[in-house]
Amino acid sequence: MSPISRGFRGRGRIPAGEAGRLPPGQYLTGGFPVLSAGPTPHTPLADWTFSITRSGATEGSWTWPEFQALPAENVTVDIHCVTRWSKFDTGWRGVSVDTLLDRVEHDGRYMMAFCDGGYTTNLPLDDVTGGKAWVAFDYDGQALAAEHGGPARLLVPHLYFWKSAKWVRGLDLRDRDEPGFWETYGYHMYGDPWREQRYAGD
Amino acid sequence: MEPLDGNSIGGLLIDVFGAEMTGASGTCGTCGATGPVAGLVVYRQAPGTVARCRVCGAILMVFVKVRGMTCVDLTGMARLDQPGAA
Amino acid sequence: MAGTALRGRLTWQVATVAALTRETASVCTIGLEPPDWPGHRAGQHLDVRLTAEDGYRAERSYSIASAPGEQLAITVERLDDGEVSPYLTEELQVGDELELRGPIGGYFVWDPGDGSPLTLLAGGSGIVPLRSILRYRVRTGSDVPARLLYSARTLPDVIYRDELGHHHDGVEVSYTLTRSQPPGWTGHTGRIDAGLLAGAAWPAAANPVAYVCGPTSFVETAAAGLVDLGYPPERVKTERFGATGGP
Repeated sequence: MSPISRGFRGRGRIPAGEAGRLPPGQYLTGGFPVLSAGPTPHTPLADWTFSITRSGATEGSWTWPEFQALPAENVTVDIHCVTRWSKFDTGWRGVSVDTLLDRVEHDGRYMMAFCDGGYTTNLPLDDVTGGKAWVAFDYDGQALAAEHGGPARLLVPHLYFWKSAKWVRGLDLRDRDEPGFWETYGYHMYGDPWREQRYAGD
Repeated sequence: MEPLDGNSIGGLLIDVFGAEMTGASGTCGTCGATGPVAGLVVYRQAPGTVARCRVCGAILMVFVKVRGMTCVDLTGMARLDQPGAA
Repeated sequence: MAGTALRGRLTWQVATVAALTRETASVCTIGLEPPDWPGHRAGQHLDVRLTAEDGYRAERSYSIASAPGEQLAITVERLDDGEVSPYLTEELQVGDELELRGPIGGYFVWDPGDGSPLTLLAGGSGIVPLRSILRYRVRTGSDVPARLLYSARTLPDVIYRDELGHHHDGVEVSYTLTRSQPPGWTGHTGRIDAGLLAGAAWPAAANPVAYVCGPTSFVETAAAGLVDLGYPPERVKTERFGATGGP
């Protein structure tokens, strides 16, 4: 049994006043921790594209200027990281995944987000449609910083934040749910923070 | 956030292997580079700990703590030679 | 393999804080009394674990500052945005408990049996494990010649200044101050480069072994510089710390 370290409180953990707003096992933080499994990619905007693909074929693709011309929206959401920190009322601007999928012929019930640096994460299509997900390029009123996933990241706030893939470059549509990067290494395929689905088998 | 090196996972490696491993020699399965585990590029600020080849960046080791049990994936490594007992 | 995995398992133990020494404005040395310390080798580190009242835990690694045989001590630099270091350098009191496990590390270690000339390159708080090596060298009466080049931002940032200044008997200590220097400073200035290394490190022909420790960017530059001087890569041992108040 570890002794309590007298006087240790840890980084900016705020006692959650709104008990119902924090999922089980989470701590509220004032900062915005940077988590990564590899070096920060730096794709020049002139080279950046976002694609919807299916079985190797590109169903739709946008360059950065084309992407910026799409209707975008501002959203304020709570986010929850599987490493136990949560952050309330984060402000983002991005293109709804609905907007992107509406512009392509698509089928398939699942998708794999793919990213610069090789990161992937899987999601049911139902969880990125109906106003639940965005490809976000601004955070807190400013262009999304590279360390936080800029130029653009996926934003899926109702699931653990590892599903909000940084440096996202597209969505590959699939018939089956297949594990992405962290899911392959033991994390949950779905990742609902309210059911505390952190690891496979939870 | 600058990455650390394999020295920083010395304790984790003892937990997993039961032996001091930072001096062990690892060979990258992607580019063939060989060097001490202490020299790997380590990212710890993540849902898991990832150690990458210093030469080509390929992932060599991934450690994830699942419900208190450390799961380790070494499939990126072609070879890992444990040093002789001290 | 399952059988051998049970041997040598590191266990956490609760040490008592025995002494606190302020080294610089942001650096503190913590003397520890663990109940069951197995001893250590110069260059090794230990893990510290803190537990808050709500069960929140944070774990960090710190290089051991003491030589084998001395009272166990770690030296901690306070990082402005740190979570653990501000607690260890400003809140911790003598008599408090500190959970730790160790010693850890088998690569970045020095044993006096190695007769090679020592090139030690320190960036900021990277001096800590090198200080353990130098203290052990003295403690064992080793006559291995050593050269230490210590890069720090300013003179007040130099850790163990008095102790390092007293080195003699085959230890040459030189400093480079990268941000500002006191009036009349006769040491080096600016970040380490090829010229500085050529003058301060042992020549490759002496078959030295090098220990390079500090922030990642410092280690990259310094280690590459030694390899450029002809050091075989396997004779340049490196230990990278996270972003610190290094040079």
